[in-house]
Amino acid sequence: MTQTAQGPGRDLSLQQQRQRAAFWFIAPMLAALFLVAAWPLLRTIWFSFTDTSLDNLYGGQWVGFDNYLKIRTLESGRVLYKGTLVDPAWWNAVWNTVKFSVVSVICETVLGLIVALVLNAEFKGRGFVRAAILIPWAIPTIVSAKMWAWMLNDQFGIINDIMLNLGLISQKIAWTASTDTAMMAVLMVDVWKTTPFMALLILAGLQMVPRDIYEAAKIDGIHPVKVFFKVTLPLIRPALMVAVIFRMLDALRIFDLIYVLTPNSKATKTMSVISRENMIDFNNFAYGAAQSTLLFAMIALFVSAYIWLGKVDLGGESGK
Amino acid sequence: MNSKLLSNTGFYLLVAAVVIFSVFPFYYAIITSFATGTALFEVNYWPKHFDLSNYKTVLGGSTFGRSIVNSVFIASTTVIMALFLAVTASYALARVRFRGRGLLLMSILAVSMFPQIAVLAGLIELIKFLGLFNTPFAMILSYTIFTLPFTVWVLTTFMRDLPVEIEEAAIVDGATPWVIITQVFLPLLWPALVTTGLLAFIGAWNEFLFALTFTLSEAQRTTPVAIAMLSGASQQEIPWGPIMAASVIVTVPLIVLVLIFQRKIVAGLTAGGVKG
Repeated sequence: MTQTAQGPGRDLSLQQQRQRAAFWFIAPMLAALFLVAAWPLLRTIWFSFTDTSLDNLYGGQWVGFDNYLKIRTLESGRVLYKGTLVDPAWWNAVWNTVKFSVVSVICETVLGLIVALVLNAEFKGRGFVRAAILIPWAIPTIVSAKMWAWMLNDQFGIINDIMLNLGLISQKIAWTASTDTAMMAVLMVDVWKTTPFMALLILAGLQMVPRDIYEAAKIDGIHPVKVFFKVTLPLIRPALMVAVIFRMLDALRIFDLIYVLTPNSKATKTMSVISRENMIDFNNFAYGAAQSTLLFAMIALFVSAYIWLGKVDLGGESGK
Repeated sequence: MNSKLLSNTGFYLLVAAVVIFSVFPFYYAIITSFATGTALFEVNYWPKHFDLSNYKTVLGGSTFGRSIVNSVFIASTTVIMALFLAVTASYALARVRFRGRGLLLMSILAVSMFPQIAVLAGLIELIKFLGLFNTPFAMILSYTIFTLPFTVWVLTTFMRDLPVEIEEAAIVDGATPWVIITQVFLPLLWPALVTTGLLAFIGAWNEFLFALTFTLSEAQRTTPVAIAMLSGASQQEIPWGPIMAASVIVTVPLIVLVLIFQRKIVAGLTAGGVKG
């Protein structure tokens, strides 16, 4: 890479010297990541096989898979199942998380694509529009949750007011409190907050599409919609795939928005929320650790499958 | 001609919808933050009131000011630590060839995909063991998990694209890697450092799960936790006015920063992943 014509002996020592320096440059970063990521993850997994409690972190006994699934046969011959894997509350959370992730990512991708196409066109005030869509992204999630909680307020909220005036609803809706609409409220806020991010990632992909392709298509008289599906979409597919997986990973671990917008609602409780609740609030530390381990395993499986099936090039290395 | 006018109008209507949809909630929060008493409970589309008492309530209370100080301290320290560790590491990752480099980069990216809840139990133990529970250092330590991988990733991509020649010249002059980083690369890295630093700052400023779990007393809370916990005299009565005032206070600086650096931020967000 940086070898110059100075003879092989010197090259080798220079290269070795650089590699030694590289090791010392990387070591502190790796140590830090080990301390805050790898080690706590291993400890969480370990805790999930014990009966550790929050007030006595070192008093846990090994219980095997009991937190996940415990099968006990009573003397009468009845078989009892206990553990996360047979806990309806857990499966409710899994279902909520999957529902939330799939719906929100689809909405955000479609809307993000539309916004990106708008921003990719030349028009007056484009810079202004781009600045405007950055605002939801810049607002802290907790603040967005509170802002929307206020706008969605059943008595004094502006959303109910607008919808009543437009005749879309006949009476005020308790968006965040009612189990029918709580998930919709969460989705609305998440789509509002993260569509800009999606749009910007897609826009970066769009801007790499050479303009003359559009010119050529125009001269040949091909309909713009056809150009979009046959030319633009395949070309931005790599950027789109990366944007989708980043959003998906964020969606699968969502915590803060739901914790603040719809606290204690069964209709929106996700895997992260239920794990923390067990770990901290219900003093089921090890049980919560088991649930968060399951979430980690699910995400790891999902990422591997996605990269493998979609042939996503996350590093951009092979393109070089 | 007529259809062109029609499609133009349609286009600008779409643009207007995008802008209104993006900006309205924050605009409404600002309006609300200036309303008090019964004015709060009438729906206003335009600013009608200008009453600063919500702001006085929030900033006059003993704890919210403290939370802002905590957040500023935690976010800036996190950024400085992440940048320091990342600059040297990403020089090595971008500029020195060694075996396992690709694998190392992928593992670093993998860490940034960790669900935070998966390390929560282990981090509680670690933080209690180190005696950092309920101190700002609990957050500074734990935020490394998302600021560091991201910073390393972006800086590595950035450094990989710098021309080889400048480095070669320095090597010929006998410069050590440390000199190369501090004297040759650092001056060129400023734009990337500003971007990644800002994004890491925003991430740390907004973080909620760790801040909620690792703090106990009001005085140690960061602003997101403080806002989430703002409560009125009774359980039923949610103090919407002060909540909106606090929200505006913590959001305005961010929006100003983001708007000033918007081009750089967009470049930083799209670096790494979408390059391929």
